[in-house]
Amino acid sequence: MEHLSFHFDGVPSVPPAAKSVIVGVVASGNLEVLVEPMPAEGACNVEIDTASQGFGPIWEAVLRDFFERHPVGDVRISINDAGATPATVSLRLHQAIESFTERR
Amino acid sequence: MRTYYEATARKRIEGIVDADTFRELLPPTERTVSPHLKVLDLPVAFDDGVIIGSARLQGQRILIGAQEGGFMGGAVGEVHGAKLVGVLERAIRHRADGVVLLLESGGVRLQEANAGLIAVSEVIRAILAARAAGMPVIGAIGGQYGCFGGMSIAAACCTHLVMSEEGRLGLSGPEVIETARGVEEFDSRDRALVWRTTGGKHRYLLGDCDALVEDNLEAFRDAIAQAVRAGERFSLETVEREHAMLERRLERFGTAPDAADIWRMLGFPEAERLQVLPAHELVALAGVHRTVPSPVES
Repeated sequence: MEHLSFHFDGVPSVPPAAKSVIVGVVASGNLEVLVEPMPAEGACNVEIDTASQGFGPIWEAVLRDFFERHPVGDVRISINDAGATPATVSLRLHQAIESFTERR
Repeated sequence: MRTYYEATARKRIEGIVDADTFRELLPPTERTVSPHLKVLDLPVAFDDGVIIGSARLQGQRILIGAQEGGFMGGAVGEVHGAKLVGVLERAIRHRADGVVLLLESGGVRLQEANAGLIAVSEVIRAILAARAAGMPVIGAIGGQYGCFGGMSIAAACCTHLVMSEEGRLGLSGPEVIETARGVEEFDSRDRALVWRTTGGKHRYLLGDCDALVEDNLEAFRDAIAQAVRAGERFSLETVEREHAMLERRLERFGTAPDAADIWRMLGFPEAERLQVLPAHELVALAGVHRTVPSPVES
């Protein structure tokens, strides 16, 4: 297992989200993404526990791409990963943030 | 119509209970994860593969637990088991109308060894304690991973069990039997064999489950709600009658080489077509041919 932490500046969320959401399942080649509101002056903090070691730069690239397409802020994203591909990670992040913003 | 078979545990709860009534206990944000998997350097899940909470089901106050087969095959670890025990004990304390368990599990989580074994036995004890307190415990099986090992015993201890044809129930899973006894005994890759032996239709005819429904969330919801309304009539007499039924069943079918032979011996009128019959047609034809305990006069 490898633990990774990332910090993105994000944009302040208006209005602040109230409820957390979880999508995905920790199954082989899949992952769960938990999105929680967390006041941090707009920042987004991402914590990842992954079964695949040595993919830090790829996680960073996937997350950078995600935050460029989905301007969010004041969130904490926690991920349990069981070897998902970058495409699956992008899909789950997208699903998570979509239902998170829906539930504001 | 939304499939039960392919839904995740969360989607199953959402599809079964009344809209916006589910209140999760120990939600993922609490991060009540398995301490054992961390030590073994294995991935954890924020809910440890089981979702528990309170809800309304067609107006009835229920407690519900749903196992997620995708996470470690729904296997029961220490935290996972404790959550199921907690939801059963809470139901008694809060005088709920019933407990609903959406079961999907390969049994004990072997990585957690004795802690997992104890967890499963505690779940079984909690189910029986709830029933003894007059609380109906309704089990449902219809997921991709079936219900095997210790959780199949838990399923058998429920007041009422709802299955779809796709759901599978058995003590040892097909791969376990093949590994232990050889491919001549049981070919786990023979899908037709696996389903006619462990699938919902066979379980319904043998009386191992009480309701057979089509694979959709609405059908499961209606059958579960009806069973909660029917309540619990657990007594020494009901247990004795069930044991007598099991003895008779073993005498009648103990030497039958295949499930299909049992269907013929039961006198089921469409034994040859059984595997292609829709659930409601099978139920309509099953009637007196099912093996069920003799009723207790109330």
